[in-house]
Amino acid sequence: MSSETITSREYITHHLTNLTYGQHADGTWGFAHNGQEAAQMGFWALNVDTFGFSLALGMIFMFVFHRVARRVTTGVPSGMQNFVEMIVDFVDENVKGMFHHKSNVIAPMALTIFVWVLMMNIMDLVPIDFLPKLGELFGLHFLKVVPSTDVNITMGLALSVFCVVVFFSIKQKGLGGFAAELAFHPFGKFGLPINLFLEIVNLLAKPISLGLRLFGNLYAGEMIFILIALLPFWIQWALSVPWAIFHILIIVLQAFIFMVLTIVYMAMAFDDH
Amino acid sequence: MNINATILGQVISFAIFVWFCMKYVWPALIGAMEERKKTIADGLEAADRAVRDLELAQNKALDQLKEAKQEAASIIDEAKKRANSIIEESKDKAREEGDRLIVSAKAEIEQESNKAREELRTQVATLAIAGAEKILERSISEEDNRDIVDGLAAQL
Repeated sequence: MSSETITSREYITHHLTNLTYGQHADGTWGFAHNGQEAAQMGFWALNVDTFGFSLALGMIFMFVFHRVARRVTTGVPSGMQNFVEMIVDFVDENVKGMFHHKSNVIAPMALTIFVWVLMMNIMDLVPIDFLPKLGELFGLHFLKVVPSTDVNITMGLALSVFCVVVFFSIKQKGLGGFAAELAFHPFGKFGLPINLFLEIVNLLAKPISLGLRLFGNLYAGEMIFILIALLPFWIQWALSVPWAIFHILIIVLQAFIFMVLTIVYMAMAFDDH
Repeated sequence: MNINATILGQVISFAIFVWFCMKYVWPALIGAMEERKKTIADGLEAADRAVRDLELAQNKALDQLKEAKQEAASIIDEAKKRANSIIEESKDKAREEGDRLIVSAKAEIEQESNKAREELRTQVATLAIAGAEKILERSISEEDNRDIVDGLAAQL
C-alpha cells in the first residue's frame, strides 16, 4: 500500500517536472535530473519541453496560416482557407466589437494569441502518457507537453501583452498622460500617494491575472488528467472521457478569454479618460 | 515551477510571431475576405437588378402582346368588312350585268320575232294573192284587187 502511494507521488511529480536545461551546481551545463536540480539552476535555465512545444506549435500555426495567406483566393475558398478565414473572421469581429481605434497591431496580435494559446491548450487532450513515454525512448526523462501548464509560458505571453499595452498607452497619451492616469485617477490630485498605489496595483494586476488565469485553468485540468491516469486502466475511460469533453470547453474558453482581455486592455490603452 | 529564461524565450517568440502575422498573414487574409465580401455584395445587387429588369421586360412584353392582339383583331375585322363589301359589290355587279344581258336578249328576241313576223306577213300575202289568183284567174285583175289583198295581209 505504502509503495503504491510513493509511486503515485512519483508519477505526479514526474509529470509536473519540466525538462530543464541549465547550469548545474558544479558548473557544468546539462539537463536537470529532478525538480530540485532544476530549481537550483536559477533564472538562466530553459524549460526545453514546454518552450519547444510552444515554439513548434507557433511555427505550425504561422506555417499553415502563411501558406493559406499566400495562396489566398478571393473566389470560392476551399478547405483550409475556409477554416482559416473562419478563425480570422471570428477574431476580426471580436476586435471590431471591442476596439474602436485605428491600429494594425491589435488584430494580428489577437489572432496570434487566440490560435497559439488554443493550440497550446489543445495539447492537453493528447493522452497524458503518450508523448512522455515516447520521449523516454529518446532519453528524455521529463516531458511536459502542455506549454500553457508552464507558468513561464503564460506569464511570457501576459508580460508581452502588458508591454504592448504600456507602450501604446504612452504612445497614445504621452508619458505625462500615462503618469497622470496613474497619479490622479481615483481621488484627484490630493490623494496622489493612494492613487499611485491603487493604480500601480491595478496596472500590475492585469498581466499577472492574465497569465495566472490561463496557467491555473490548464494546470488544474492537467492535474485532473494525471489523477485519472492513476486509476486502474479499465476504469480510466469513465472519468477521462467526460473530463476531456468538458475540458474542450475550457481549452477554447481560456484561449478566447486571453484574446478578449488583450483586446480590452489595448482598448483601455487607446481610450482617453 | 521555476521562473526561468523560458519566459524570455516566450516573449521573444511571441514578438516574432506577432510581427510575422502582422506582416505576412493578416493583411493578405483580411484583404481577400473584404474583396470577396465586396464581390458578393456586388453580385447580389446585380442579381436584384436583373430580377427587376426581368420583371420590367416581362411587363413590357405582355403589353406588347396585348397591343399586337388588339391590332390583329382590328385588322381581321377590317378585312372581314372589306371582304363582305367586295362580295356585296360583286353580287350587285353580277345582278346588274345579268339584268343588262336579259334586257338586251329580250330586245334581240323582239327584233327577231318582228322581223320574222314581217317576213311571214309578206309571204302570206304573196301566198294569198297567188291563191286568189288561182281561184279567180283572169276575172279579177291584180291591179284592181291590190287594195283588198293588202287589207287582208295587214289583218294577218
